[in-house]
Amino acid sequence: MTALTLAIHDATTMIGRELKHTQRFPLLLVGTIMVPVVMLLLFDYILGGPIGHGLGNAARGAPYVDFLVPGILLMTVAASCGPTAINVNTDMTGGIIDRIRAMAVSRGALLAGHVGGSVVRTLAATIVVTGVAVLVGFRATASVLDWFAVVGILAALSFALAWLSAALGLVAKSVAGANGSTLPIQFLLPFLSSTFVPADSMPADVRWFAAHQPFTPVVESLRALLTGAPVGSTAYLALAWCAAIAVTSAITISAACSRNRRVTRRVTVATRPSMPSP
Amino acid sequence: MNRPIKNATRTAVSVTGLRKAYGEKIVLDDVDLSIGEGEVFGLLGPNGAGKTTMVRILSTLIPPDAGTASVFGHDLHSEPGAVRSLIGVTGQFSAVDNLLTGEENLFLIGRLLHLAPTERRARAAQLLERFDLVESAQRTPATYSGGMKRRLDIAMTLMGRPRLIFLDEPTTGLDPRSRRTMWQIIRDLAADGVSILLTTQYLEEADELADRIAVLDRGRIVAEGTPEELKRRIPGAHLVLRFADAASLDAAARSLREGSRDDTDLVLRVPSDRGIRSLRDVLARLGDGIAVEDLSIHTPDLDDVFFALTGTPSKEQNQ
Repeated sequence: MTALTLAIHDATTMIGRELKHTQRFPLLLVGTIMVPVVMLLLFDYILGGPIGHGLGNAARGAPYVDFLVPGILLMTVAASCGPTAINVNTDMTGGIIDRIRAMAVSRGALLAGHVGGSVVRTLAATIVVTGVAVLVGFRATASVLDWFAVVGILAALSFALAWLSAALGLVAKSVAGANGSTLPIQFLLPFLSSTFVPADSMPADVRWFAAHQPFTPVVESLRALLTGAPVGSTAYLALAWCAAIAVTSAITISAACSRNRRVTRRVTVATRPSMPSP
Repeated sequence: MNRPIKNATRTAVSVTGLRKAYGEKIVLDDVDLSIGEGEVFGLLGPNGAGKTTMVRILSTLIPPDAGTASVFGHDLHSEPGAVRSLIGVTGQFSAVDNLLTGEENLFLIGRLLHLAPTERRARAAQLLERFDLVESAQRTPATYSGGMKRRLDIAMTLMGRPRLIFLDEPTTGLDPRSRRTMWQIIRDLAADGVSILLTTQYLEEADELADRIAVLDRGRIVAEGTPEELKRRIPGAHLVLRFADAASLDAAARSLREGSRDDTDLVLRVPSDRGIRSLRDVLARLGDGIAVEDLSIHTPDLDDVFFALTGTPSKEQNQ
């Protein structure tokens, strides 16, 4: 086998391990589904009335739920950042990482497994969330081709955010810290984009930020694809952002790994246990 | 234990001038080491002596600051891949996946070793059998005892048939029975011809298992040799006899003609390197006439070794 097929083999093995983890400990996946579903119900049923009235042209005459669901799909992808960072950090602070690093396993296979597992998990979660969205009245006017594009953009965002969360999980000192560092991605960025309301309706400074941050082109291209509006160049902008996030994260990870090789993070047990006489 | 020293024709580990420091703290200071093929080498020292750092360097996890090291002739720095394919590591922290079952843990390692599916299954079944884990193979390690976890850990290490195994404090935290089991496992590995670097805080453990021992103190090797050679350098086992009065102490000292006396505590320390026979001799020579108030047997421990070799007790060294 060549180095590349070995690397793919190792990454596949680690993805399999991640999926088995999800199967054994589904709570993280359930959380990834619950957050966007709660947001969907909250915004559609509780807040949706006045927001929907205030949308005007942005909703193009459709109910608020049609405006909202593309943003909820984005939140679903963002919500998987927490579990990914937690899983990576759990591995890094546990003993298993040393075993794998001391084996002739392709470098990066472990993180590739986390990223691959995260993408699969996230896409599964978006299917469930889409199902709930249809139940509460969401109706897409997208063609089959549009749906493929939607899946492509969601997968690209999921891939990019998985690398970003892997980087955050890698540098975090604890599992709680790893989870905490993803909260801005899970909540702040979606709210400060056109996820729930159009960026135009925001105060000037926030509007500038919303217009120039990565989640806005993602949610707008999803919305255009799902509601049959012209997509224009926003989809390309969204994919460019995803590529930029993935590459930056990968560089950060590679730098962090070579730094880690010089520093031991082990905490040695501080007391010397007495020798029980066998 | 009187296992004959094997003929170390080839070298499993060769280390020259190894140094490692974290900031101001020097962890390994100019360490030279050589382990023969098939040898069980004990690295003995208290916490913070540098044992784990040594294992982490030799298992390619961290690079040294200076010095060279090779495993079966493969340089750690230039051929880490070749080294990794020859070694197995079982650290003092459990390196099992707690969400996978025992069997799945072995399969995972088998996949990462690129074993063919049939070989992977056969090897896993064989190791589960060997380490008495067949019944718990379908459960996750969360339900295992400390000893079972450690056995699974070693089974995972053995999936790749390593020729050199690093066992970093393999019995720390185990109950006495699991410790005995682990000792037997280590002896069996040695009998298979695997080279072993064993780190331990316990003289008794190194004595029991190792062909050769190096004593590590604050990053330096302060003594090296067979267990017998080392024990000759430290105060051996002795009997501590306590008497009710000075007259009895005098009488005992006269009839025994050896040992060191402590007149303030009314204590006589008599060497007893031959165990029960020494004890019987001493009691016979004391006869019925001399009243011994108290008798205890002192066997040398790590503290004695350290005191004898370094002049300082083996108290906690700062990490």
